[in-house]
Amino acid sequence: MAAEGGHGELTSSSYIQHHLQNLQVCRDETGEWVWNTCAGNPIAINVDSMFWSVFLGLVFCTLFWRVAKKSSTGKPTKFQAFVEIIVEFVDSSVKDTFHGKSRLIAPLGLTIFVWVFLMNLMDLIPVDWIPMAAGAAGIPYMKVVPSTDVNITFGMSIAVFFLIIFYTIKNKGITGFIGELTLHPIAPSFKGPAVIAAPLIIAFNFILESVALLAKPVSLSLRLFGNMFAGELIFILIALLGIWQLPLHFGWAVFHVLIVTLQAFIFMMLTIVYLSLASESH
Amino acid sequence: MDINMTLIGQTIAMIVFVWFCMKFIWPPILNALEERQQQIEEGLAAADKSQEKLVEAQAQADEIVNEARQQATGILDQAHARANEIVADGKDAGVKERERQLSAAKAEIEQEANKAREELRGQVSAIAIASAEKILKREIDGKAHDDILGKLAQEL
Repeated sequence: MAAEGGHGELTSSSYIQHHLQNLQVCRDETGEWVWNTCAGNPIAINVDSMFWSVFLGLVFCTLFWRVAKKSSTGKPTKFQAFVEIIVEFVDSSVKDTFHGKSRLIAPLGLTIFVWVFLMNLMDLIPVDWIPMAAGAAGIPYMKVVPSTDVNITFGMSIAVFFLIIFYTIKNKGITGFIGELTLHPIAPSFKGPAVIAAPLIIAFNFILESVALLAKPVSLSLRLFGNMFAGELIFILIALLGIWQLPLHFGWAVFHVLIVTLQAFIFMMLTIVYLSLASESH
Repeated sequence: MDINMTLIGQTIAMIVFVWFCMKFIWPPILNALEERQQQIEEGLAAADKSQEKLVEAQAQADEIVNEARQQATGILDQAHARANEIVADGKDAGVKERERQLSAAKAEIEQEANKAREELRGQVSAIAIASAEKILKREIDGKAHDDILGKLAQEL
């Protein structure tokens, strides 16, 4: 449970803090690129999160692409069968929820599911292994679970958010999109004396509906982030317990397998639901 | 927990991966899956059909075998009947032949007997004539009583 690369003596709080610190590179006021002195600087990149996220994305693409290239209608290999199980699972989830025709939704769901799953799965690697190895290689900080970085989860949910807007406008037109924001839940009346109240009602609707719209990506990303961050924190706390960490770690890891899978599934499912809501008029 | 450029980086990475998945991963896998589904469906249908055909062929074969068995029984019966007929015919023919030969033999015997009797008669008459000659030679001329003797020989 030693923390390499830390500054000063090792205490519980410094151990935890060290584990929660991203490896960052940023541009300071003088225009220089500097490492790890980026608190509050928006022009910064969490190199470790970015690296692991892209690395796991590449793992997903490579594994599935190899299967896709060789996929035949004959007898599948075991790995092909495994990949096909996942693809079919995603496909049936999409078909159950999304009734329109879209070439994007199903691959989007698959990418989200597998990618988020792999990112979450990094949580099951004992918390010190990779940071210690990185420390030995001279890298002071290494956070290996990308989905415990709020930037990563927000990055994905913002992409989903833009897709929601894109699908709404594509299927209902720009007027439909504006109407959805202003004419619900209270329908304003444009006839008679009630027309005076219409702007008020529209303003009220707009506030409600834009909160509802914005809540979608925010809840999507914070749910994943919160679950994974809490899980990671508990792993770190367990790692402080000396020899007792072994059974506890095992128990929590078993439980965490459920969370890892469930959160990946929820992220995928909600994405599909939001996009199907965006493309269907009610 | 600061929001920083990582967010944009992740969004870009996601767009790239989703695009890659949409372009190169999803279509071939799903195509293969659907094609295989169809193949399996067709295979099952073909299996059902061939099963039906098998049952049909089995029934047909049974029918043919039964027919053949019946034919065989018929042929056997016919053969038995024919054999019996032949045997009966043979018996009849044998009986007729025997009767024919018997009657032929009887006729021959009769003929022989008649012949012998004729011969005997001739010889007896010759002997009788000879003995009568010898007797009459002493008493009468044979030439004078020839007609009487001839009549006598014929009556014998």
